[in-house]
Amino acid sequence: MSFTPLHQHDDDSDREPTDREAFTPGIEPQATWCPGCGDFGVLKALKGAMGDLGYTPEEVLLVTGIGCSGKLSSYFESYGFHSIHGRSLPVARAAKLANPGLEVVAAGGDGDGYGIGGNHFIHTARENHDMTYIVFNNEIFGLTKGQTSPTSPMGHKSKTQPHGSAKAPIRPLSLSLVGGASYVARTAAVNPNQAQEILKEAIQHDGFAHVDFLTQCPTWNKDAKQYVPYVDVQQSDDYEFDHHDRREASEMMHDVEDALHEGEVLTGRFYHDPDRPSYQQEKREHGDVPEDPLAERYHDDDAEWERSYDLMDAHK
Amino acid sequence: MMTGEIVWRIAGGSGDGIDSTSQNFAKALMRSGLHVFTHRHYPSRIRGGHTYVEVRADDQPVRARGDGFNFLLALGDSFARNPKEHAYYGNEQAKPLAENLDDLRDGGVVVYDEGLLDASAIEDFEARAEEHDWHVYPMDLRGMARDQGREVMRNTAGVGVTCALLSYPLEPIEKLMEDRMSGDVLQANLEILEYAAEQADELEHTHDLRMPEGEHDAEQALVSGSNGIAYGAIDEGCRFVAGYPMTPWTEVFTLLSQHLPDMGGIAEQVEDEIAAAALALGASHAGVKSLSGSSGGGFALMSEPLGLAEMTETPLVLVEATRAGPSTGMPTKTEQGDLEHVLYTSQGDSCRVVFAPGNQREAYEQTRLAFELAYDFHLPAIVVYDQKLSGELRNVDAEFFDREPSPDLGKTLTEEELAEAAHYATGTFERFQHDPPEGDGVAPRSIPGQADGRYLASGNEHHPTGHISEDPDNRVAQMDRRMRKLEAIRERLDERESNQERHGAVDATVGVMTYGSNQGTVHEAIDRLVDDGHSVASLSVSDLMPFPEADVREFLDSVETCLVVEMNASGQFRGLVQRELGAYGDILHSLLKYNGEPFEPHEIVEAVEGLGSGDPATASTRYVPAGSD
Repeated sequence: MSFTPLHQHDDDSDREPTDREAFTPGIEPQATWCPGCGDFGVLKALKGAMGDLGYTPEEVLLVTGIGCSGKLSSYFESYGFHSIHGRSLPVARAAKLANPGLEVVAAGGDGDGYGIGGNHFIHTARENHDMTYIVFNNEIFGLTKGQTSPTSPMGHKSKTQPHGSAKAPIRPLSLSLVGGASYVARTAAVNPNQAQEILKEAIQHDGFAHVDFLTQCPTWNKDAKQYVPYVDVQQSDDYEFDHHDRREASEMMHDVEDALHEGEVLTGRFYHDPDRPSYQQEKREHGDVPEDPLAERYHDDDAEWERSYDLMDAHK
Repeated sequence: MMTGEIVWRIAGGSGDGIDSTSQNFAKALMRSGLHVFTHRHYPSRIRGGHTYVEVRADDQPVRARGDGFNFLLALGDSFARNPKEHAYYGNEQAKPLAENLDDLRDGGVVVYDEGLLDASAIEDFEARAEEHDWHVYPMDLRGMARDQGREVMRNTAGVGVTCALLSYPLEPIEKLMEDRMSGDVLQANLEILEYAAEQADELEHTHDLRMPEGEHDAEQALVSGSNGIAYGAIDEGCRFVAGYPMTPWTEVFTLLSQHLPDMGGIAEQVEDEIAAAALALGASHAGVKSLSGSSGGGFALMSEPLGLAEMTETPLVLVEATRAGPSTGMPTKTEQGDLEHVLYTSQGDSCRVVFAPGNQREAYEQTRLAFELAYDFHLPAIVVYDQKLSGELRNVDAEFFDREPSPDLGKTLTEEELAEAAHYATGTFERFQHDPPEGDGVAPRSIPGQADGRYLASGNEHHPTGHISEDPDNRVAQMDRRMRKLEAIRERLDERESNQERHGAVDATVGVMTYGSNQGTVHEAIDRLVDDGHSVASLSVSDLMPFPEADVREFLDSVETCLVVEMNASGQFRGLVQRELGAYGDILHSLLKYNGEPFEPHEIVEAVEGLGSGDPATASTRYVPAGSD
């Protein structure tokens, strides 16, 4: 056996914290994030969350898309898959199905996740795959040098929208909830403590955990609302709602998204359904996935492999 | 020309059970010792419209659809007379009879359902029947079925009549029905079968066609090209399939979806084809042998994950079941127009394996080979075939499939080997080292979760650790290493028995070259030409990338002139040959067919006979002489 079965560590609860610096790569990656970029905040929070939860880099598969956000896998030490624009989710969910012992995190930007990858976003949420999905939301296309994105506010002017965008911004939280995600939160790079706590919850959650991560873009989106002081709705008495209740969460998200358009940044955990079975559990109950992780079977010399000849009777 | 063969065509409307009836009939013939081959024609609609299936049966092996047919069972299109107001169904009542007469051979038999079809609606039917010596038996099949059971069972009545008219025993059909049905349905079908046979026996038989008799040496299985691909994947340890339905790829997808979960595998129907190929890639990266696929339009979407597999050096096996294009084209009609699409789609230089199996056995073998190479060399391998081969059923010795499975993941490192492997600084594994020891360009991989194996698989150009790099020297080293894999694959393939099958005269002066599913048709044509004294041989090519340069060059050097047979309008395969070999433009002639129908052997025979004597094209083919564009 040359493959340590990861699923034996599937229970997170009894882990001891590990050194978060283990998630810092030994190689110096090419610097592609600008000074002051919010993406550093995501990286820091993710390292902290993984360390606090006691993971080792070998157990984590980080799948990223394209853009500044996609470079996260270059700065984070783990098994990494730097895929293509908008496609991190289908790659990630198959890896999780193939080896449920892996702790799978997918990450992308607002163009990547809510634009080109929108279809995958809805369907991954709908199926409630057990993974964490971090969307770096800076309301701009950064790496292509400042075009309007799906989350840019109406009227946003850019080189490709010189007269101002006539499109209302997408509502990622509401979309995620309607899609079927069982954990939906928003946090911001300017609040590292909250970000780390939310990522920890998201990683521990058994189902599709979507974290809309507000990340300031100091180069292309200087007036982004992420600079506005944020409010943590869980810590404020002004925002009473039951985050286990879909309808209340939905209403709250609606308000939060309206507020963002007006410049008020509300963050926190907006929806959490710990009872909805993950896709893998559902499939298992339907007899649709193997009891033991499929990936490990290829390393088991005693595994029995059925043959097509066994199926040939129907053709004779 | 034809000896004792029967080519039985059953015609009707889609949804009338033409497909299942013909499959059962073919299987019964196979079980009783005959060699069978089916050819299917159907429209892109759910119910109604002109559809037929031919079952060719002989005591000798059959490799193709043959030329025309000699027994027509015209059942009528029950959906042509749909009474719903405002629904346009057209006046297609006579089609199952009228549309099928052109290819009916002289001396052939016609049975038509006079309960549904009115032969007098076809203007010159009687005159044509007389001219061609057709023997026509109008039978009220619908009436018989209605009286004995249910109207839909008129297919069974038609089979009963067929058996009686061809002096073929009912037992094999009955046995098959007993395997498939039970209770009242079985009883009614058995009664209809016998009743219809009795009715036909009472008629005066004016024809002299008889079902041939044969005997197999071994147990047979009736399989399609799609079956071959699916079973090849299963035996090569594929336990993960992701797809989106599209004709005709759906056949592979359905079969795997039905079997894999029961075999401890996973099947995923997903939101689109980009996701499907990306899932296959993700599962493969995580250490599971996986497959995805599509047909032309869906495969176009897979262009992105395909290139990603090349750059991240992740094994990926894709199936492309082509049909007539461009765009949606003709969804249920065959074509080989996606060749260049399969070879070159996705940005950058192509670094992939492409096989085009020529028959059911090759579909199985080359799917296994595609997996072997994809996992040994960490690149995408594509099995391209077409609508023709996807649905053609043919008998194959069942024991052909009785082989050991191979769940080998290819070039991976154990945790012990990883502990000793090259790492950078704090422990990143140098997965993409420039000069892996074996010299075949393959840098062995780790599987996520393995200790000491972590690396970044990036779709951007990268350093040995996987980290993004635009350093020019590294770029060239990585590019050269990836391209070197193709040379190593070519060497490995050249050491094996060739996938390029030569057939015909030993010292032929005329060559016929083709690829993929035309193989059997070309072989039949070559046999006829050789029998007629022609000095002709064929080469059927199945390796498309890396291209089998030595095999093809040897063949082309051995002949004076060569006809390249393919099903598309622009001669893509001839173009590939010339691109790869950089010569032979003066001896390569093209025979093209792109009307949605596969070649018939006589079209190739006539083209070869006409070479050098002007334009040898038949009405449904096109000839492009050597030296032209």
